[in-house]
Amino acid sequence: MKIEKERIKIRIAGSGGQGVILASIILAEAAGIHDGRYVCQTQSYGPEARGGNCKAEVVISDSYIDYPKAKNLDILMCYNQASLDEYFMDLKETGTLIVNSDLCSQIPISTAYEIPMTSLAREKAGSLQAMNSLSLGALAEATGVVSKNAIKAAVLSRSPKGTEALNMKALEIGFLEGKKAVGRAKNRAPAKFSRLILMND
Amino acid sequence: MEKKATEAKDGKNKGTSRQQPQQKAKRAAASKSDAGQIVLISGNEACVEGALAAGLGFFAGYPITPATEISEVLSTRLPAVGGKFIQMEDEIASMAAIIGASIAGLKSMTATSGPGFSLMQENIGFGIIAEVPCVVVNVMRGGPSTGLPTNPAQGDVMQARWGRHGDQRIIVLCPNSVEECYTLTIKAFNFSEKYRTPVILLMDEIVGHMREKMTLPAEANIPVVNRVKPSVPPEWHIPYENTPTGVPPMAAFGDGYRYHITGLVHDQHGFPTQRQDEIKEFLTRLTTKIEKARRELIMVETEFIDDAKVAVLSYGSTSRSARRAVTMARKGGSKAGIVRLLTLWPFPVRAVQRLSEHVDAIIVPEMNQGQLVGEVERHACGRCSVVPLNRFDGAMIEPEEILHAILEVE
Repeated sequence: MKIEKERIKIRIAGSGGQGVILASIILAEAAGIHDGRYVCQTQSYGPEARGGNCKAEVVISDSYIDYPKAKNLDILMCYNQASLDEYFMDLKETGTLIVNSDLCSQIPISTAYEIPMTSLAREKAGSLQAMNSLSLGALAEATGVVSKNAIKAAVLSRSPKGTEALNMKALEIGFLEGKKAVGRAKNRAPAKFSRLILMND
Repeated sequence: MEKKATEAKDGKNKGTSRQQPQQKAKRAAASKSDAGQIVLISGNEACVEGALAAGLGFFAGYPITPATEISEVLSTRLPAVGGKFIQMEDEIASMAAIIGASIAGLKSMTATSGPGFSLMQENIGFGIIAEVPCVVVNVMRGGPSTGLPTNPAQGDVMQARWGRHGDQRIIVLCPNSVEECYTLTIKAFNFSEKYRTPVILLMDEIVGHMREKMTLPAEANIPVVNRVKPSVPPEWHIPYENTPTGVPPMAAFGDGYRYHITGLVHDQHGFPTQRQDEIKEFLTRLTTKIEKARRELIMVETEFIDDAKVAVLSYGSTSRSARRAVTMARKGGSKAGIVRLLTLWPFPVRAVQRLSEHVDAIIVPEMNQGQLVGEVERHACGRCSVVPLNRFDGAMIEPEEILHAILEVE
């Protein structure tokens, strides 16, 4: 009998063009091909994939995944405020929120991992295009859903020729900043009444 | 190892004599490059891989969401292995083109969605009566007309069966995962070649766009079937002979066998007939060649069914919600089971009949206003209750909805 164990539901959201879909594919490849787990990736397919709120979902499990969509999210990573506003309520009570604090000014919970992805990518990594590599590094470090080696291998295999070093650098910055963001979130006192609606799994 | 694999592949391709040796080498080389790789691909891409593994030689199509990726990927992959890819002016012409290519001896395919599938119906009918093997992929979206281009639906189940006028049998397969898009595409080609008939692969938007990992086999993991060619000299060949299998050997145009092809009801030589005995014999043969093959054609998967009191009968992406619902119900102590149809047509009559004798109720979730449920009702024949569960708002049926239905029935 194949019953799912440890079904982890992840959603990456942002504006179409920010690399939401590619990031989700790389994440799924890292978990599926390099970590050897079961994965299923779905994405928005309308015109929003070219602008507007775009989302992509990855379900990771240790056994066969039947229902492919992600509801009641374990992890939500938002690249901008609009997507955070739209999808925050899909995050479960104990879920992890990772935000690009450069483009998100109103963050609904104090336990969120805030990472200034845009500025880090532009200034430290050297190119804004490396933002999603950086974000994946932060996600891997902060949540541990994929191993660091797996995400490295996946990013490397998806990097266009000539950008491998850039992406690896961004990934390392992501690992570092992910760790810092977790520390920052821990130091903040938990805010009361942060979520009004409780949802059951 | 690899050398062996290519040799075996060449051996299997012997049947398609029109393939140039050069093409064969190219095909073998192309399949070697990604052999045995674990990849993360979408259902549409897996369908392409399956088609190439089955020996696709010709694709004509008109890109349409959510089937676009099939055309997109084939437009580069197919020429790379020596096949032909044409983007046609519309779906009517696409269907006509793949029929022509198949008559010329190549395995051919087209891919479309609802609106294009409607346009193809007339020529699919021609494919059936002229007995031309080909594969039509329909990635279902919301309808009717332009409908819901990017949303999932399962509204073409009856259209796949009865979209054409006149009496006919058709083979319709329905995958529910990326890996199955691969295997069922190969099977669709096999069935079409073996029974000389168009086969419809009925995918849906979720299965088509979802990405999962699968291992790409070095070559097709299912034996590839090629059409039977006449073994007699051209002057002895009777193109529409009533053979014991009901499937006459098929010569390719250009092989030296001259024969007539028509959409009119025809005699054994392919010429139109109005003789009642010939009409009846011909139409009976078209029906029985499919009916006799039921045992091979019908694929049904069951799980938790031995002690089940409630069965959830589903197909396509809906079956994935169904499976989750049933496992949730089982955890809560319900006696629920799963029946999944991989073959929609010919309809698995015996499976439903037997099921109806053992369970109290069959729940049929579908992303339409109730299509296959009618067929289930017809064959359950009142032996158990049949409960439709329909959703047609452009979203996938949630496991909770099915779970609710299971608990309500119990």
